[in-house]
Amino acid sequence: MSKNLRTSNNKFIDQTSRISFKFDGKTLYGFKGDTLASALLANNIHLVGRSFKYHRPRGIMACGSEEPNAIVQVGNDASLTEPNTRVTEIELYEGLEASSQNCWPSVNFDVGAINNFFSPLIPAAFYYKTFMWPANFWKMYEYFIRKSAGLGKSPTKPDKDIYDHRYLHCDVLVIGGGISGIIAAKTAAKNNLNTLLIDDKNNLGGTTLFQQNECFKINNSYSNEWLKKEIETLKSLKNLTIKTRTSLAAYHSYNYLLARENLTEHLDINEKKNKIRQRLWKIRAKKVIIATGAMERPLIFNNNDRPGIMLSSSIKKYIDFYGVKCGQKISLFTNNDSAYETAISLNNSGVSVNSIVDIRDKTNSLIVKQSEKLGIKVHWKSSVVNTNGYKKINSIEIMQLSDDGNAVVGKKIKEECDCLGISGGWTPRVHLFTQSGGKLKFRDEDNVFLPNKSELDQISIGSCNGDFELDEIIKNAADSINKFLKVNNNDYENLEIISSKEIDKKNIWLLPSDKPFGKTKSFLDFQNDSTANDVKLALREGFKSIEHVKRYTTTGMATDQGKLSNMHALGIIAETAGVKMGELGTTTFRPPYTPLTFGAIVGRNVGEFFDITRKTPLHDWHVENKAEFENVGQWKRAWYYPIENENMHEAVQRESKAARDSAGILDASTLGKIDIQGSDASEFLNRVYTNAWSKLEIGKCRYGLMLNEDGMVYDDGVTTRLSENHYLMTTTTGGAANVLSKLEDYLQTEWPELDVYLTSVTDHYGTVSICGPNSKKILSKIIPDLDLSDEEFPHMSFKNALIDNINCRVMRISFTGEHSYEINIQSSFAKSVWEKCFEAGKEFNITPYGTETMHLLRAEKGFIIAGQDTDGTMTPVDLQMDWIISKKKYDFIGKRSLYRSDTIREDRKQLVGLLTDDPKEILEEGAQIVAETNKQPIEMLGHVTSSYFSPNLNKSIALAVVKNGKKLKGQKLFVPMKNKTINVTITDTVFLDKENKRLNA
Amino acid sequence: MFLINCPYCGERDQSEFSAGGEAHIIRPKQPTELSDDQWAEYLFMRKNIKGVQFERWNHAHGCRKWFNMVRDTSNDKIHAVYKMGEKPPIK
Repeated sequence: MSKNLRTSNNKFIDQTSRISFKFDGKTLYGFKGDTLASALLANNIHLVGRSFKYHRPRGIMACGSEEPNAIVQVGNDASLTEPNTRVTEIELYEGLEASSQNCWPSVNFDVGAINNFFSPLIPAAFYYKTFMWPANFWKMYEYFIRKSAGLGKSPTKPDKDIYDHRYLHCDVLVIGGGISGIIAAKTAAKNNLNTLLIDDKNNLGGTTLFQQNECFKINNSYSNEWLKKEIETLKSLKNLTIKTRTSLAAYHSYNYLLARENLTEHLDINEKKNKIRQRLWKIRAKKVIIATGAMERPLIFNNNDRPGIMLSSSIKKYIDFYGVKCGQKISLFTNNDSAYETAISLNNSGVSVNSIVDIRDKTNSLIVKQSEKLGIKVHWKSSVVNTNGYKKINSIEIMQLSDDGNAVVGKKIKEECDCLGISGGWTPRVHLFTQSGGKLKFRDEDNVFLPNKSELDQISIGSCNGDFELDEIIKNAADSINKFLKVNNNDYENLEIISSKEIDKKNIWLLPSDKPFGKTKSFLDFQNDSTANDVKLALREGFKSIEHVKRYTTTGMATDQGKLSNMHALGIIAETAGVKMGELGTTTFRPPYTPLTFGAIVGRNVGEFFDITRKTPLHDWHVENKAEFENVGQWKRAWYYPIENENMHEAVQRESKAARDSAGILDASTLGKIDIQGSDASEFLNRVYTNAWSKLEIGKCRYGLMLNEDGMVYDDGVTTRLSENHYLMTTTTGGAANVLSKLEDYLQTEWPELDVYLTSVTDHYGTVSICGPNSKKILSKIIPDLDLSDEEFPHMSFKNALIDNINCRVMRISFTGEHSYEINIQSSFAKSVWEKCFEAGKEFNITPYGTETMHLLRAEKGFIIAGQDTDGTMTPVDLQMDWIISKKKYDFIGKRSLYRSDTIREDRKQLVGLLTDDPKEILEEGAQIVAETNKQPIEMLGHVTSSYFSPNLNKSIALAVVKNGKKLKGQKLFVPMKNKTINVTITDTVFLDKENKRLNA
Repeated sequence: MFLINCPYCGERDQSEFSAGGEAHIIRPKQPTELSDDQWAEYLFMRKNIKGVQFERWNHAHGCRKWFNMVRDTSNDKIHAVYKMGEKPPIK
């Protein structure tokens, strides 16, 4: 550590506890309380990165979240490393490892820096303009651009850290723990309001905490001493929660805010483990007080980006708060009074200030006088026209400004320095205000956007509201808080405040140089390397809107979201285009205010908690019997049950054959089940299904098709009439929740007069489906008392039965075309019934089959799956299911749409069967179907929706939707694939047992 | 993220609700007597107002009741909520 860069007595840094850390592989030391930035500066390291485009050396510029340059990669663990972190926001901890980004092989010697010499050839939108031709070369360009672009490296392995989400409700939320935030929190909490105060730093007090200057006094104490007492009182208050290290990320409507709290970031590397790293607070506040302060603006002049050029207020914080000298010979360059405060602080700490270059003519405020008294030299009405030094600034060149400020005149003075503090005035942090929907107004006097109108219960106070001077801040904040909270707190009346007042204001957005404008490099956006020239070029090329200029030049689009660059870009655009800044407006500030980790966003919703997993009551049996599972919505469904080394195809072929030859057993528990009761239940079904329901006898089942109001098939399933006013509806597995919602919607909004009650009972019953020619024998073994004759228990009917004294409902329905039963039983008994069936079926080689076999078996019969063979554009007529549309019913959902001019078109896509000329060739689902092969482009007639190899027919079968398909039966068509064209013939959709003999086999 | 005052449950977070489009579009009682154009008017035509809009909402993760809401789409201010079948409390 360069000892002479650290002042000896410092209140905020614990100089007794030394911390070791690594930067670019080198071990360095800092102290507890340091940020990585202050520790690096104490080690005389300014150069920490390279710029994005020109690879120019860049150093630390700021001390907070607005830092544009000094972003580093933290850590090198493949799952924990984090790119693009601002060194100014990293609290130093034992074991910290950080490295520079965007440079190769090293930050000191970067090959990419050659771009800097070619920079005249790389203007704004260089990439857009250059890599357009020839069009098919883009793939090659893209490869190289992606290789050279990008900041930092993403972790390659899953994040091991733990993140958390929590809700918080409060009466008053105060954002920002600076002087005005403290006044707000104290006033609120003292008046019995449940108050939350948050600040992104690890301490309260903002910049006033280290403001120890004769020009800023309250009741005869230094402002920092007064504030310290305020903080002590504040901490003793009830009703108040203080959260430090907590950054407000997003401010949404209805005072809903997201804040990220860092819990372990500051801990030693060994103490971080197994603790929650970050917590995202979801805050709902009745009232919000924004006290986010202001950030200092840079100045835009030639070569204003060299390491060692820093914001003047940051130099002040480094010396007054961290006790770190940013240089030994510091020059300052300003257009306002705040640089004088920095000069005095430096002077008091024994750092020699070369001079202050001030663009103003001459001014006589309290603080300027004080600095003159100390003998600090000022170059009035002057500008820095150039800086020198490659990896660190070593001198500045100063010239007089012309009266209009557009040019520099006279003799050039060269001044040696190792650090230059710049101050272009202050920008209120209105980001959160605008995120919340607030509208801004522009104050011409000092060129600031200020909060104007908001629809929410909120106020902005302090410097984020444009009050920059101590007495104004306290007085205005106290007044508006009283008014806002409807309280009468007089703690801040009658204070005796001394505050230096800025008298003269002057602003030049782009400072002139002695060099012609085209030869200068005045950076606006330091991170994205866009210069004043780039912005002017964009305007010359015809861009007018600020939003367009921003995107074209990428100004303000880096990870800092242009916190430092936006105002100057706006100023230069307004000036060049000759419009007022207030009229030009500003770009939109979007959340998050500072980048959020993905971990904080997802919280605990990772791994198995990412989504709900629904398991059937038979799940354990499937697992024990080595089923492979597939996800159907949130359900885990048994897909197939491989025996020994069977692959999926082999297993499915075996299962399918067994189900038709003897007996198969399927877990159908996931089917949606809706219990429908009420005196109007039949009428209700009449209205929601396309077919008629009034005459369905008790104990009978019926297949129904449900449409949307636009006539398109929505869902299907079998509904059973359990008693006069009691039905059990089944839906598709995936459609269950939506169907219930739709039915509830119609009942509540269109037909409130109907006496109908709906209850989802999907999870209440397990469903065991047994099918095949031996299914009847198996069922009779389990329920011997039940008469299973076709006369007594025909297809599409239902019986109540007892299995082991447990009530169950047995439906004789079939999705496979086989003689088949579905047993519905209370979920907790489902597994025992399944096992009973399985035991009873052993002599018939009962074979468990999964969803894949189920799909194959139904495709052999041409049964559709809503959502696979339909896609929201198929009417029942398109599906060749005209038979299910009741001609007698006056109305049902979607009826009128079935004869709209579009739905009666004959050339709509219609469901057909497809057979391949080669019976062994299996089509790919989704494959396109065409009529010709030697024409380009060729019209797509349709696509394959379902395709399988049928072991029962010993050939490949498919369902497809084809334009005008109904009329094309027997037609030869083609399915062009990558390496071949498959010949197909259109057929009927039913491939097996057209006469439905097997149902009663 | 709105705070919605469900007419049955009181104030709840927006994440409990789902939006259901424009309110007060009544399903024609005799659809078969409508021309294609008239049916299309009911089926497809929806307003998309910048300003005060009448909307249907459902407390999907709560009481599952549908209700109506008057919301200003320009600033998301909710002016009123009222039950299905009730007349809008404001015009």
